[in-house]
Amino acid sequence: MTRYEVRLSGSGGQGLIVAGIILAEAAGVYDGKCVCQTQSYGPEARGGSSKAEVVISDEEIDYPKAIKPDVLLAMNQKSCDTYIFDLKPDGILIVDSTYVKQVPSTRALAIPFTQMARDDVGKEMMANIIALGALATLTGVVSLTSLEAAVLARVPVGTEELNKKALDIGIEAAKNLPKENAEKEVSYENSLNE
Amino acid sequence: MATKNAGRQVLLQGNEAIVEGALAAGCRFFAGYPITPATEISEAMSYRLPGVDGTFIQMEDEIASMGAVIGASLAGVKAMTATSGPGFSLMQENLGFACVAEVPCVIVDVMRGGPSTGIPTHVSQGDVMQARWGTHGDHPIIVLAVSTTQDCFSITVKAFNLSEKYRTPVIILADEVVAHTREKIRLPHPGEIEVLDRIRPNMPPDWYIPYENNSRGVPPMSSFGEGYRYHVTGLIHDVRGFPTERPDEIVPFMNRIFRKINQHFADIQMVHEESTEDAEVLVVAYGSVSRSARRAVREARQRGVKAGLAQLITLWPFPRQTMEPLLRKVRAVLVPELNMGQMSREIKRINQGMTRIETLNRIDGTLITPAEIFARLVKL
Amino acid sequence: MAEDTKLVYKYLRHDKKFPHVWCPGCGNGILLGALIRAIDRTGLEKDEIALVSGIGCSGRLSVYVDFNTVHATHGRALTFATGIKLAKPKLHVIVIMGDGDATSIGGNHFIHAARRNLNLTAIVVNNNIYGMTGGQYSPTTPYGALSTTSLYGNIEQAFSIAELAGMAGASMVARGTVYHASLLDELIEKAILKRGFSVVEVISHCHTQYGRKNKLGGAVEMLRWQKDSAVRLEKARSLSQEEMEGKFTIGVLVDRDLPVYTQEYRKVREAAKKMMARPS
Repeated sequence: MTRYEVRLSGSGGQGLIVAGIILAEAAGVYDGKCVCQTQSYGPEARGGSSKAEVVISDEEIDYPKAIKPDVLLAMNQKSCDTYIFDLKPDGILIVDSTYVKQVPSTRALAIPFTQMARDDVGKEMMANIIALGALATLTGVVSLTSLEAAVLARVPVGTEELNKKALDIGIEAAKNLPKENAEKEVSYENSLNE
Repeated sequence: MATKNAGRQVLLQGNEAIVEGALAAGCRFFAGYPITPATEISEAMSYRLPGVDGTFIQMEDEIASMGAVIGASLAGVKAMTATSGPGFSLMQENLGFACVAEVPCVIVDVMRGGPSTGIPTHVSQGDVMQARWGTHGDHPIIVLAVSTTQDCFSITVKAFNLSEKYRTPVIILADEVVAHTREKIRLPHPGEIEVLDRIRPNMPPDWYIPYENNSRGVPPMSSFGEGYRYHVTGLIHDVRGFPTERPDEIVPFMNRIFRKINQHFADIQMVHEESTEDAEVLVVAYGSVSRSARRAVREARQRGVKAGLAQLITLWPFPRQTMEPLLRKVRAVLVPELNMGQMSREIKRINQGMTRIETLNRIDGTLITPAEIFARLVKL
Repeated sequence: MAEDTKLVYKYLRHDKKFPHVWCPGCGNGILLGALIRAIDRTGLEKDEIALVSGIGCSGRLSVYVDFNTVHATHGRALTFATGIKLAKPKLHVIVIMGDGDATSIGGNHFIHAARRNLNLTAIVVNNNIYGMTGGQYSPTTPYGALSTTSLYGNIEQAFSIAELAGMAGASMVARGTVYHASLLDELIEKAILKRGFSVVEVISHCHTQYGRKNKLGGAVEMLRWQKDSAVRLEKARSLSQEEMEGKFTIGVLVDRDLPVYTQEYRKVREAAKKMMARPS
């Protein structure tokens, strides 16, 4: 893998920066790759737009930010509309269909992360972990074992089980996506069994 | 040991790596005031320092922070503060004191968009000249720029070492991108890095002349409370540290504080060169922009353009000895920076018609991209 | 040798080219005497003392005394002192400031040092004027007084330094005058030995600038004014408001035991070490 770029976007408070850190830790510390995680944020602690990027490479990374993301996760409509223009031509678009109602591409992979977090985990703030599980499954950019280790190392003590559950829900949701949508991009090379 | 993760691969923000570097270099005192985008340094210091018998204090402002840092250093403890442009402006007063009283200390300025409150959460390199000339009066200063998380660790260690060795404040210029980028780095074991301490007097206290000249230009420095009672002042002073208005005492003093830096340029000035041996066009960059420049230069090489990169680690004193031969042999130079041309001005100053200098400036709070540099590079 | 001569010999720097910068009759000399007498009474070694001064006439005091001395920047003496004390808590750190130094340019540092209650001794020489720069009004210049920047009379209200320090949280606050020299010795000694932030406001005079402009006479007349206007705290308690009109109290005004910063920080270190010892 020479250079692989992931952009996680949405609004402040959706946990995108934490998701970026976890993804970077999984790929860097646990998978042993070179990683660069950057973010941009406004003065607001909640609300406003939020963007985290992770660049993963086998070699030392020069430019730390995403140039043309290979993957875009859009957790709200605004970020989807804004960043779709930056996505690589063959890049993967993953949207949270709870908030992204106008999906700009037929090739977008739509999963209702926030809805699932509310209904299946009981905590809306876990949408980011569900999305990470799905993203890792759909892209193969990090091994799922590493991702799980990174999640468990970063989350608050006492919430490990819930986070593990959220991760599994994300992984399952990604695997259950209609094949015709996912065929081209999905790589199932990673699984929890490896 | 300060770094409990020594030897381990960890994912750290630039700001956190600066803290780990400082602790590894022996920093045991930090005084600061919250400011974006440098706050994580204070936060990490407040968490880490008490665990290693160090002291963290949040002062009432940046003026006070710089004062406390000087006080701690006089008492013999390696000390640091960190801030961003507006706070750095407030520190200039006491920074001048540290220069003239020759008090070792490290000041981190995580640059954000200016002037004034500016663009607090976005990147800039607008403090290059403030770092050089921010405090009033003629003074030597050492300013180092960091570009990666690994730099944040190792250049911070270097900053402390230079500061101790030459009894001078050393400024680390980071920027919002470097400070907030998380990268995987390996924290070295204590024995793997060189740590320098100030030279202390070993003569009997009665013989100690605190500001006496010597071949190095750096007098030994005593810590308060160890028998060598001496006077520290921001006034220009004689060799005993007492205020003087005599030209025959002022001149040798000023000459010495410049000479102690000037005669050690080779030790202080650091430039990282890449593909410069046969370069026909050169990019001169520093901080986060040097990362964009590195990518642009590599891409240009792939297209057959003989491009090279000179990444400035030491911004001040400007590494003229390294840069002059490079300027002499290339056809043109591009200086991309996140300001209206602060370092390019210095490069033009020493260029003296040797080559063509072009600038690429950005002041909108976003990083110059590799594509922008590449586009200019291929046209040089 | 007379007792004071011995002290002068012991505590003043021999290698400093005297004479000092102060005008004949200045209160700073009396304060310097009180300071070295007080220090001598505490029995502290010279090496155990760090003396930090600010900028102004009082700021020059640090150069004359044989301690670990810093002549800091204007208003910032307390910030330097904070660093010294935290880095080497065994040092007794004494800070000398003027009224403009401590309560104008250094006003923020002053109240925060008091609030923080670090174990420092702050001596504020209050002569109601910026003397060294030539007689401009300061935060303690009385309403209506003349100065080179209030030629039509000062329209600002004055700070009471002692009250300010007390309200900001100092552990000990005292006020003395350079006229009442032996009381001043006692107050400074007590302040040095006090655990916590202690403040001694020293009412002094600047006959050269303030006295001359306001037609208050020379040093002798201004010292006499201190004698007539100062009322010992014990006596002041029995006087009515009218009787205290135009007068001020001297003595120990505040003396209380509050948590001291260095002690509190020791708890922080213990907590941090417990945290670090945990397996990560």
